[in-house]
This record gives sequence, C-alpha cells and structure tokens, in this order.
Amino acid sequence: MSIDNANQIAVDKMMNARPILKAVAPAKDVIPGMKDNLFLHAGPPIEWARMSGPLKGAIIGAMLFEGVAASEAEATRMVERGEVEFDSCHHHGTVGPMAGVTSASMKVYVVENAEHGNKSFSNLNEGYGKVLRYGAYSEEVLKKLHWMNDVLGVALADALESSNGLDMRALIAEALHMGDEGHNRNKAGSLLYLKLIAPLIAKVVNDDSVESEVLQFLGDNALSVLNPVMAACKAMTDAAHGVEGSTIVTTMARNGTDFGIRVSGLGERQWFTAPAEIPVGLFFSGFSQADANPDIGDSAITETAGIGGFAMATAPAIVTFVGGTPKDAMNATLEMYEITFAESKFFTMPSLEFRGTPTGIDLRKVVELGITPRINTGIAHKNAGVGQVGAGLVRPPIEIFEQALVAFAEKYNL
Amino acid sequence: MTVVKWNVRAGAYYDSVVLMQLQRGLLELNGVLDAGVVMATQANRDLLATNNLLPADISANPDDLLIVVKADDDNSATEAIGKVDELLARRKSSTVSEDFRPRSLSAAIKQLPEANWVLISVPGRYAAGVAREALELGKHVFLYSDNVSLEDEIALKKTAREKGLLVMGPDCGTAIINAIGLGFANRVRRGSIGVVGASGTGTQAVTAQIHNLGAGISHAIGTGGRDLKSDVGAITAHQALDLLARDPDTKVIALISKPPSPAVATQLISAAQETGKPVVVYFIGYPAPARKIGNLHFAVSLSEAAELSVGELENRRILQSSNSRFLRGLFSGGTLAYEMMVGLQASLSPLYSNGPITPNQNLKDPLKSEAHSIIDLGDEFFMVGRLHPMIDNDLRIRRIKQEAADADVGMILFDVVLGEGSHVNPAGELVPVIKEIREKRIGELKSSGGRVAPNDFGGAYRDHREHGELEFVAIVIGTDEDPQNVQSQVSKLEDVGVKVFRTASEAVEYVSLRLSRREANQFVQVNLEQLKQPLAGINVGLESFYESLTSQGAQAVHVEWKPPAGGNERLASLLAKMKSKKEN
Repeated sequence: MSIDNANQIAVDKMMNARPILKAVAPAKDVIPGMKDNLFLHAGPPIEWARMSGPLKGAIIGAMLFEGVAASEAEATRMVERGEVEFDSCHHHGTVGPMAGVTSASMKVYVVENAEHGNKSFSNLNEGYGKVLRYGAYSEEVLKKLHWMNDVLGVALADALESSNGLDMRALIAEALHMGDEGHNRNKAGSLLYLKLIAPLIAKVVNDDSVESEVLQFLGDNALSVLNPVMAACKAMTDAAHGVEGSTIVTTMARNGTDFGIRVSGLGERQWFTAPAEIPVGLFFSGFSQADANPDIGDSAITETAGIGGFAMATAPAIVTFVGGTPKDAMNATLEMYEITFAESKFFTMPSLEFRGTPTGIDLRKVVELGITPRINTGIAHKNAGVGQVGAGLVRPPIEIFEQALVAFAEKYNL
Repeated sequence: MTVVKWNVRAGAYYDSVVLMQLQRGLLELNGVLDAGVVMATQANRDLLATNNLLPADISANPDDLLIVVKADDDNSATEAIGKVDELLARRKSSTVSEDFRPRSLSAAIKQLPEANWVLISVPGRYAAGVAREALELGKHVFLYSDNVSLEDEIALKKTAREKGLLVMGPDCGTAIINAIGLGFANRVRRGSIGVVGASGTGTQAVTAQIHNLGAGISHAIGTGGRDLKSDVGAITAHQALDLLARDPDTKVIALISKPPSPAVATQLISAAQETGKPVVVYFIGYPAPARKIGNLHFAVSLSEAAELSVGELENRRILQSSNSRFLRGLFSGGTLAYEMMVGLQASLSPLYSNGPITPNQNLKDPLKSEAHSIIDLGDEFFMVGRLHPMIDNDLRIRRIKQEAADADVGMILFDVVLGEGSHVNPAGELVPVIKEIREKRIGELKSSGGRVAPNDFGGAYRDHREHGELEFVAIVIGTDEDPQNVQSQVSKLEDVGVKVFRTASEAVEYVSLRLSRREANQFVQVNLEQLKQPLAGINVGLESFYESLTSQGAQAVHVEWKPPAGGNERLASLLAKMKSKKEN
C-alpha cells in the first residue's frame, strides 16, 4: 500500500471518529493501567530529575491530594526513593492541559469514540489563577481540587449518567463557528457545554446551593470545555494511530522539558523528542518573556486533530497571537494546509468559505517544506505554582520530525 | 517616587488579547514602569494584587475595564492613561498584512485552481522534481531552469507527452501563450503566426520582428535548446507543431532552432509538412534542402523567417499530404538519383540508396530496397553483362514489379531520359507494366473486400486510391526535338495515371509533400481548448516572472519555494523515495 493510501486511511479514521462525552469517574476505575502510586503527566515520558518546575510542583500537589505524602519534603523524598511511578498520559489514552498530572482518585472525563470504540480520558478543568496544572499545590489549590472531585465531579458524573452522552464533535464544530479555535479560545465551547450540561445538572442535583455553585463554576471558567475537547481530540487521534505505512502525526505533546511526537505508522511508544521551545506571546500584567517556562501540556492534541492553531482563521478575536489582523489568522491556517494531508469533513471555517480545517499533519510535508505545526498555547511560569503568565504561539522543533522521518525510512526499508 | 494611576471604564468589554496588546503599548511609553489592563474580575484583580498593581481604594465591577499604570512620576502616569484610546485605535491600522504566499505547489494550486501553467526557475538540481510534481498535478510546465540532466528532460517530456501536457524547457527562456509572455518575452500583438522555438533569443527576435512588420503571434511555444537533439527527439517541438496545426487561430507557423540533429530535423520537417499550414523553417546553420518544398519555406536568417511568415499569411493553405508508405526511386541517371537524395533526405526518413550522401544512408543490398530507397540502376553493380538502363528497360521493369509486390510501397518514382542514343520508346515499354500492376492491385483490393485507405484522400487524389495506393511518378528529361518526342512520351505515361514532372526539383517537392510520414500521432494531443483559456500561472522561483505575469494581467500565484528539507540531501533523498513508493 502506498504511503498516501495509508495516510488516507489514518485521516479518515481521525475524521470519522465520533467522540461522545460519556461519563466522569475516578481515574483508577476507568483509565487502563492506572494504580495508586502512578502519576500520569503531560508530554513524552520523563524522569523526575529532568522535570521542569511546574511539572514537579503538580506532581507534589497530586501526591498531597492523594494523601500519599503529607508534605512537600516527604513527597520529594518518596519520589527520590522511587516509591512512586510516572508515565506519560498518552500511554493510557489520557491527556491533560499544562502539567497534565492525573492521579488515581482524581475524577476524569471519559470520552468514547462511537465509531471505533476506543476511549480517552482527561481530568477536570480547575479554572484560572493558582492551579495544580501550573504546578501550584497550596492549601487553597488542594481545597479546590477536593471540591472538584467531591462536588463538581459527582454532579457531572450523575448528570452524564442521566444522558446518552454529549456529542463532542458536534460541539467543537459549532464552537468553531462561534469564534473559538478550540485550544486557546474556548469561550463559546464552554458556554455550549454549560448549555448542554445545565439541564442535566438541574435534574440530578437536589441541593440548590450546590447546583448554583457548580453551574457558576462551569460558567465562570471559559476553559471548562477544554478538557473534554482535548479528550475528544485524543479519541480521534488515537483512532488514527497504528496504521501501517502512515506518516500522519498522531501525537504532539510537551512535558515542560521536551517536545514529543508520535507517528501513526511507527511504534505505540516510539517518541521523537527534543528540548521544548519557550512560547512567544502576550503576557499578563507583571509578567514577561523571561518568566515563561518551556512549552508544556498535552493540549497540542487539538492541533494534532486539526483545530487550535490550525483553525486560527475562524477565531478572529485572538488574532493578536499571530500578528494582529484577521488576515494574519487566515494566513496561519493557510500555512497549515501546506503540511496536512486532508481537510476536515466536520470542522469548517466560515471565513474560508466553510473550508474544512487542516487535518492530519503529514511528517513528509513538514520535513520537505520546513514548516512546523503552529500551536496556540497558554504559557506557564517557570516556577512551580505561579500559574499562567500569558498565552501565545509555539512550534515544535523541526528535528523531531526529521528523526521520525529517518525512523520511518528505516522501518519500511526505504 | 513611583505613582500608580488607574482608570475604570464601565461596561467596556474587550477580549483579553486586545487588552494584553494595549498593556504592551502602555509599557513602551516613557516613564511607565508597569501596567495592567484587565476586565476587573476577581481572578484578574488577584493577579494585579500579586504584582502590586491593585490600589487598595479601587472600586470596579467584573464587567468594567480596569487600567492601572505604575510610572516614575505623576505626569508620566497621567499621560499614559490619556493614551489608552489612542493605543486601542492604533492597532486597527498599524499592521499591513500580506496575502498568504504558499510554500508548495499543491497549496498554490488550491489557491488558484484555474492555473494551467507552472513556471519553474529554481536551481537546476531541484527543477526536475518541481516539474514532475506540476505534471502530476496536470499542469503545463515552463521550465526556465538550466542544469537539468538530459535523463530528467527525457523522462519529463515523455511523461508530459503521455498526459497531453507540454514541458517547455529546460533552459527555455521565452514563450508567449495566449498573448501572455512567459520568462523573457517581448510584448507583441496578438495575431495568427504561431512559433515553435528551440532558441529563446531566436524566438524573441522572430516574434519581435513579426510584430514590427505589423503582424502578430498566436502562441510562441518554447522547447528548450536540447529538444531537437536526437536523445530528446524533439518531443516538445512535435507536440507544439501538432498543437499549432490544430489551432484555427494559427495560420502560419515559424519553426526556429539552433542546429538540430539530422534525424530529428528530418522528422520535424515531415511533421511540419503534416501541419498543412505554411511553415517557415529556420534551422540556424543547417543547410536548407530548398527554398521551398510544398508548404515549407526555408529561411536563411531570423529576420527572413519573420518576413516569410508574415508574407505567407496572405497565401492560401496547402492540401494535406496523404501517402503514408514508402518511396522506391528507380533511376537510370545517377545525377538525377543523387539530386533526389539531396532533396528528399530532409523530409523522408529513413532514406537509403546505393549512392548514399551520408554513410548511414547506405543500402546494404542494392537488389533489395528498404524503407524509402533511391536506386541508381546505372551503377556499375548492375552493369555487369548488361546494357545501361537508358537503353535496356528490362532491369527496370523487373525491379518495378519487384517493388510493386511490396505492400509497404506507396510510390514508385522513375526517370525517363530521352535523346540520342537512348531507347526509342521507353514509355511504350513501361506503360504496359504499369497497367498490369494497377489491374493486379485493384483485383487484390476487390478480393479483400475493398479495403478502405487508411487516410482520407482528398478528391484530387481519388485516382491514386483507385489504383491501390500505388502512385507512379516520372521525371521525363527531353526536348520536343528528341527522336522519342517528349510530348508523346509524357502523354503515354499520363494516360495510365503516372504523375509526370519535367524537372527533378518539381518532383522533389511533390514527393516530399505526398510522402511525409503520416504515422498516427503517438502522443496524447495537448488540449487546444485549455491552451486558449486565459493564462493562469503558478510561479516557482524567480519572483520577477511572477511580477511579469501579474503586470500582463494574468492571474498568478507565487510560491515561496525553498529546497526540500532545507537542503538536507539525506532527508531529501528519503522524501524522494517516499514519494516514489507508490505500491509495495
């Protein structure tokens, strides 16, 4: 079979995947291979010593949350003694924004691909400010996490259980027509999510003040839907993984130290990595480029699935990230068509006459043209616990695509 | 002493990105130490507090825009707050964004789907790859790049021919398609002279001169300098001739080239005859076989090529030739045979003789004709124990019968040399044989069910078809005072349908016109309608070619081309392998 044929199969699987948000459940009950002393993190696998500040902080926070350690010092000691294990979220069908740290008792969204049957998972979004995903683990952070697990998580779980699930593909498609690109801007999608989930929550939550609190939290957080969207993208890209002979990129992820990719026609655990770049962008009050941590998070799964930075043309409100004018946003998307194999059948952009978003990054095109994917991203402070300091644009290092191309050629005797 | 000033704007919603931009603008102002511009939500106020930017006495709602400036002094802070509106307005007009410039051919074609041409002027080592991609995408190619290998040129042109596409080049400097100049081209008026040019400057000189003489150009199709070398076999020139022959807007064709290889020249001249249109040929440095052969005119300079082309616009077109088979010339006069060789070698190929001009024309066995053959029966090989054929017709009669038995023979040419000492009535001996052959052929035709000739003969040649596609042509040399009486000899021959000429050069013209090779085109014809559509081009390489296209009013897209894999040879070769790996 030709590479083009293999790629066609892979992108068809990616596009035809139908991610349905089915449930919220504790990680260890649903995530394959999840166990009490295992801590999943964003990006390619990495050992403790090489982890960046935000990721270390998030792991310590998750250990405190789980109660396996009572203090930062104890957590660090346990890690150094090898009493806990780490693994990449991606090895467990999971994705998480920023540090992406997911532990055994955390409630996670469960997305099921109704077309191919595979499942994917993502934790609940904490909102803005001091949050675990940026490496914060103060008492206030842990308190919020517990509330999310015990109140929000229960409400969402009951609400989803009372439904047939939420069609994430339809939600994303609609949000793209409302000014979201699905990565840095999720305002419309979060409101759509609230619209869908609110009646269900009203039905299952008896306590009015709890109901109000939960709805308020979901509505205030313009990133509420980011995690289900990421899980949906993961379900799509996982469906496209493992097609023999395909050069389609099925994972792009960063752990704050390394940027890693995986390719459909190469191994399940075969990562190609290089040091992550520091995103360039706009910064919140009081912060500057000097505060930025190298690129971190699994949220580049959105670009891998053909939205996010690839759908920039449809998100005029955030054009400043790419130069400032709607035309720059259009150009950003047009550039991504250069390195993708297909155009989405379901995600379309009104500003480009409803052309489908650039879908299925083709390793060959990236290397040939020297154009790396554009990723819209939040920017983490390099120190644990400070949080998000800005947002902007980052691209993966070209070397990892070159490495992957060479590995592909070797595997297929080219 | 630092000063903190703020401004609250009720109900003024801005996206956070706009606000971050504004904040950056404020920070660039003189005296400003820090600034915060946020919607005054609790989370944002907490953020400002972290950075000591939240004055204690502030009062604002989450829907309010809060602008805080920390500055060296009061003036700077006040001034900065005063600039907010200006900064918000500035971003609307400060950026001029350019149209997207694609980096790959496929993206460019998405941008300009109606593009029918791809202009390539990238470094030679990359040019063939780009051209191959263009052909795969179904586009004609104008290949300006040089240093493309001969193998690549041949492969590209063969692929193009299979797809009915043109590859003009490599090293093609000039073309004019539908009044749009590609590469280096003069601005010339539209007209009805088509040009096929294997020489860029030659084409420029001829097209410019045609314009200066008041006429114009339909299309000028470049071929690249190597097209007429024997390795390439003039693939593009043949396609171009065929295209211009079919183009009703082209009345006259000029064919311009540096010296072509002889075999290629012969084939091209045949093809030029096939066009049925006046063709002015100027092969720089190639000896012209004649000034004029049928519809062909041989020029001796570029400017004369232009003048002849313009002059031919007035003349009416010539009937298309039609006989597709071989000539056998059976001569009693050696010089006449030689003159026929000289005249016909340009248009008939392969051509053999027992009196060859070049070694490759040598007929291996004088007793056995091959392809087109001119036999001097007066050669001493035939003279052993025999009278000269001017006296004794026996040898020639037997040879005529022998040639006529060969179904591939379409024309038998012979000379009749009268005068003192010659046979008293050569026509009288030849005519019965010709009649007999004719009758036999007609009989064969009838018994085979009346096979229809492969070519649609015009009415003027109906008799030839009736005679089983075997034409007899005679050159009669003599005077009215000769003992045989030339007029009587001619009449006898003409009565049995022999075409009679009184000079060799007239016969050359007739024979070459009638016998030019009429093999069915072995290539997919280039779509004429497509050529006539407004030119839309994708330019890969020199930006000036793109600018030239747009300034001529053609639609064009410029590709921001870079060497594949950033010039990394190893990766580029892997990519090439991955591209060629269609099936396994």
